[in-house]
Amino acid sequence: MALMRITSPHAHGPMSTTRVMQNVLLALIPGVIVLTHFFGFGTLVNIIWGCALAVAFETLALLLRGRPPLFYLKDLSAIVTATLLCIALPPYSPWWLIAVGIASAILIAKHFYGGLGYNPFNPAMVGYVVLLISFPLQMTAWSPPRGAGEVPGLIEALQALFVPASFDGITMATPLDILRQNNSLLIKDLWQQTPQFGRWGGMGWEWANIAFLAGGVWLLYQRIFTWHAPVAMLVSLGLMASLFYDGGSSASGGSPLFHWLSGATMLGAFFIVTDPVTSAVSLRGRLIYGALIGVLVYLIRVWGNYPDAVAFAVLIMNFAAPFIDYYTQPTSYGHSSEEGK
Amino acid sequence: MRKIFGFHGGIHPPENKHQSMAGVIELAGIPAQLTLPLSQHIGAPASVVVAVGERVLKGQLIAQAKGFVSVPLHAPTSGIVSAIEDRLIAHPSGLTAPCIVIDTDGKDEWVEHVGTADFESLEPAELINCIREAGIAGMGGAGFPSAVKLSVKPDTKITTLILNGTECEPYITADDILMRERADQIIRGANILSHILKPDEVLIGVEDNKPEGITALRAAAQGSNIEIVSFPTKYPSGGEKQLIEILTGKQVPSGGLPSDLGIVCQNVGTAVAIANAIDKGEPLISRITTVTGKGVSTPGNFEVLLGTPMSFLLERAAYQSEINNRLIMGGPMMGFTTPDADVPIVKTTNCILAPTEDELPTPPPAQACIRCGLCAEACPATLLPQQLFWFSQGKEFEKLEAHNLFDCIECGACSWVCPSNIPLVQYYRNSKAEIIQTRQENEKSEQSRVRFEAREQRLIKQAAEREEKRAARKKAAEERAKQAASGEGEDPIQAAIERAKAKKAAQENA
Repeated sequence: MALMRITSPHAHGPMSTTRVMQNVLLALIPGVIVLTHFFGFGTLVNIIWGCALAVAFETLALLLRGRPPLFYLKDLSAIVTATLLCIALPPYSPWWLIAVGIASAILIAKHFYGGLGYNPFNPAMVGYVVLLISFPLQMTAWSPPRGAGEVPGLIEALQALFVPASFDGITMATPLDILRQNNSLLIKDLWQQTPQFGRWGGMGWEWANIAFLAGGVWLLYQRIFTWHAPVAMLVSLGLMASLFYDGGSSASGGSPLFHWLSGATMLGAFFIVTDPVTSAVSLRGRLIYGALIGVLVYLIRVWGNYPDAVAFAVLIMNFAAPFIDYYTQPTSYGHSSEEGK
Repeated sequence: MRKIFGFHGGIHPPENKHQSMAGVIELAGIPAQLTLPLSQHIGAPASVVVAVGERVLKGQLIAQAKGFVSVPLHAPTSGIVSAIEDRLIAHPSGLTAPCIVIDTDGKDEWVEHVGTADFESLEPAELINCIREAGIAGMGGAGFPSAVKLSVKPDTKITTLILNGTECEPYITADDILMRERADQIIRGANILSHILKPDEVLIGVEDNKPEGITALRAAAQGSNIEIVSFPTKYPSGGEKQLIEILTGKQVPSGGLPSDLGIVCQNVGTAVAIANAIDKGEPLISRITTVTGKGVSTPGNFEVLLGTPMSFLLERAAYQSEINNRLIMGGPMMGFTTPDADVPIVKTTNCILAPTEDELPTPPPAQACIRCGLCAEACPATLLPQQLFWFSQGKEFEKLEAHNLFDCIECGACSWVCPSNIPLVQYYRNSKAEIIQTRQENEKSEQSRVRFEAREQRLIKQAAEREEKRAARKKAAEERAKQAASGEGEDPIQAAIERAKAKKAAQENA
C-alpha cells in the first residue's frame, strides 16, 4: 500500500456538518408536533412540500454552478432552511407561496451569494420577509388554534396546499396582533375576552414555544451552539417587556412571559439567531448580536406594523454582524498585556 | 495543593496510549547502517569533522556546532563513515538533506569519556558548555538547542523552572515510560538545571492520565524542593505556552520568550539527556521512541540510536506494511507523514505512528465552513480560526496578521473539531509561509528600489555634470571664435603650432 502524504492533524473528531444539521432537525420535532396538534396538519404539509422544493432548487443551483449536487445535498442545510421557513409560514399556505419563499431562500439568499457558508443573510428569514412584503394577506392568515376554532384535517390541508381556491379556511388574528391593536382594554380584561389567549401567551403558541425551547436546550446540551446569542436575545426581550409592561394597562406591550412564549420567539432564539453563518463569530460578539435582536424584536412587535418581528430583527442584525465582529475580536494568547499599553 | 490555572479551548481526543504501555523500554539494537542528518535541531546545521572511510567510535564528535544556535552531532555507535551525502530525512517536505552515513561494526566501542562526579562544584557556564557539547536539543519535538535556552540574559532572574512531562498528544508514551522507569534521572537532570538557573521553584508538570509516572517522580523527588504538579488531561496542555499558563497563570507575550516571564521550560527527556551528559559525559546519541498504531503488532517504547532507519524500528514492533496507510513521525495531531520507511530517527522523534485506514481514515473532502465556531472554542491561542480560514482563502494578509495568525501554534485542535473537515492548519501554514515570503520579497524590492533610485540620481547627476562641461566648452569656443572674428585674438592655428612647439621643447629639456 502506497504511503499517504498529508499534513497534520491526522486524527479527526466525531462531529460533522451533516450531524449538526441532523441534530437541528431532530430538535425541531417537538415544536412541529405541538404546532400540528394545535393548528392541524398545515405545518407538516408545509414542511414536506417545502423540503421537496428545497432539494429541487438546491440541485438546480448546484448543477448551474457546476458542483456535484449529491455531495452538497448531503450536508442537509437546504432541508434545515426549508423546514425553518415552513414552520414560520402560516399553516394551510398555498403551494405557490411556499415555492416563492423557498426559491427566495435557496436561490437568492443562499446560492446567489456563493452557497452554504457564504450567505450574509439567513436564507429562511430572507424567504419569510420576501413573502411577508409581497403577500401580506396570505402571510397573516393564521388559522385558529385547537380550542378556539375548528382545526382542518389532513385532506383539507392538502387541499389548501394544492387547490387553494377550493379551501375555505377560517383565519383569526394572532395574539401578537390582538395585543398590538388593543388600546382600550387592560391586559387582564383582554385575556378574558379573547379566546386566542392561553395561560401565559397565545393559546397553542405558548406550548409550541416551550417545545422549541426544549429542542434548543437539547441542542445546547449537544454543544451544537453556545448559549450566548439565544440567552442574550431572551434576556433583552424580557427586559424590554418589563420596561414597557406599564402595569398591565391598555397601553402595555405585554408581559415578558407573553413575549417569550408568543410568535416565533423560541424558534428564533434557538434556531435562527444561532445560525452560525450569519451571526457574529466571537462569544462576546454573539452576546451583543443576540441582545440587539431581542431589543429589535420588541420594538418591531410593539410599535411596528408586522405580525411578528423575528425575521426583520435577525436580518437587520445580519447586516451588523461583521461590524460587531470587528469590535469584538477576542484577546489572543500572549496579547493581554497590550491592553494596558 | 498548588493552584492549577486553565487555558482557553483544548480538546479531548481519544488517548490511545495504553497500546504502547504494556512493556518496558526495550533496546532497539544496532542497525547495519545509521544515517545522521546534520540538522536535527532548530538553527544552523552542524559542520562535518570526519571524512569518508574514517573509523569513528561511539560518542565521538562527527560534526560540530556552527554558530550559537546550533548543536554538535556524535556517532551513536562505532563504525566506518561510509558516505557524507544528501539523503531523505524526516521532514514534512520529503526533501533530502546532508547526512553522515555510518556503517556500524557491531562492537559498540565507546570513545573515552568522563563525567563529573560533583556537578555542584561547576559554574553554570561550564555546565551549559557541557550541555552544548553533548549535542542536546529539546527532545519534546521542536528541537531547540537546550544550551541556548539555558543561556538567559544576565539581568534576567529565572523564578520558575518547569519540566514538561505533559505528553498531551495521543498515542505517544515515550515521556510517560521515561518517568516511570527513569524518574531518578529526570530528578537528577532537574537538579542540574536548577543549579544552572537558580530558580525559586522547580515544577514538573504531568497530565493526570499518567498516575504511575507521577508516583515514580514523587518518590524520586522526595526530600528535594521539586514539586510534581498534576493537572487534568486536555490537548494541547503540553505546548510550552499552554503548560506555562496552566502552572503559573501567566501568558508568554506574543513574540516573546518564556524567559521574559522568568520561566524556563525543558522536556523531561531533555533533563535525562542532560543528566547523562553531566554525570557520565555521554553525548546525546539515543532516545526513547514510541512505535505504535494498528499497523504494528507489538507496539512499545524503544531506546533507539539516532540515525536508525524507521524501518528497522518498525520491524522490531512487527510492522504490517500491507495494512498501514501512512507513516507518521510524531503523533496524530502534530506529526508529519514520511515519504518512506527508511528515513532516520532523529533527536526529536518521539513517536512513529503506523495507523491503519480504519484507525485514522483518509480525510473526506472538505465541506463549506458554516462558521459554527467550534474551532474558536477549541483554539488554545484564543484565535478565531474560522475568520483566519476566511482570510486565508482570500489571501488577505493584513487581516490575517491583525487576527494574530502568527500566534497559531499549529496544534490542530481546530481541524480536529471542524465538522466540515476543513484542513484549517494547512491553510494557516500556507498563509504564514506566503506572508513570510511576501515580507522577504518586500524587503528585497525595497532594497532594489533604494538602489534603483540611487542609480537614477547618479545618472542624473552625471548627465548634469556632462551638460555643464559641454556648456562650458561651448561657451569657451564661442568666446574664442568671437575673438578670432574680431581679429583681437591670435590666430588659432598659429597658437596651436606654438603650443606644440613648446611641448616638444619641454620634452627635449626633460
